[in-house]
Amino acid sequence: MTPLVRIQREDFDVGAEIAALTRGGADIGAVVSFTGLCRDESGRLAALELEHYPGMAEAEIGRVAAEAAARWPLLGLVAIHRFGLIRPGEQIVLVIAASSHRRAAFEAADFLMDYLKTRAPFWKREHLADGRLGGWVEAKADDDDAAKRWDQGS
Amino acid sequence: MRIAATEPASLRLVYFAWVRERIGLADETVTPPSGTATVADLVRWLKTRGEGYELAFENEAIVRAAIDQTHAKPATAIAGAREIAFFPPMTGG
Repeated sequence: MTPLVRIQREDFDVGAEIAALTRGGADIGAVVSFTGLCRDESGRLAALELEHYPGMAEAEIGRVAAEAAARWPLLGLVAIHRFGLIRPGEQIVLVIAASSHRRAAFEAADFLMDYLKTRAPFWKREHLADGRLGGWVEAKADDDDAAKRWDQGS
Repeated sequence: MRIAATEPASLRLVYFAWVRERIGLADETVTPPSGTATVADLVRWLKTRGEGYELAFENEAIVRAAIDQTHAKPATAIAGAREIAFFPPMTGG
């Protein structure tokens, strides 16, 4: 199983990605997908601008995906992350994990998202609803804690 | 032009997000002084290169680094590196 990693400016179709992943996989019994959307933060934001490190973004998500594949018995794994200007309601990130049984798919998708947030080289900048350019979004300690919980007991 | 084997190699530096904005450059090629052995050494030298660098690295513990597109720590050796990136904590996902 080779994880599929894509970094792209354009939107993605969740249904089409799930269909492509499960096509021909008769042993797949569980598919878990997570889609991250851009929020407007109660009307404060017009958009988020996502800057990324081309090359490293693909490489780092690939490394995290390979870790997930080594840790759970997966039959398919997809990670798609967008960059550029993304407006509220639009999709930013997609993770899909497929396995024979649900536990591995749930856990692998959760793991991939936690690590993607703290290790994938992307930075969000706010564009405010009043037309001004906002600041860079600050990293949350919660995200670091969420990623660290996967280290316990391993 | 002959370059002695002991001469420090030139290094491509890339900057992202507010590190890029504070330094005022997206990338540059530099030749650090000999004795620049680790990421922390490189940061120490960069901070002597002007106000923008000083501002970018004013809280060194916050700025992250990657060597040839792999995360690195302040103590990581930079020998043989071709590209070193500096950036704020990541906020993707």
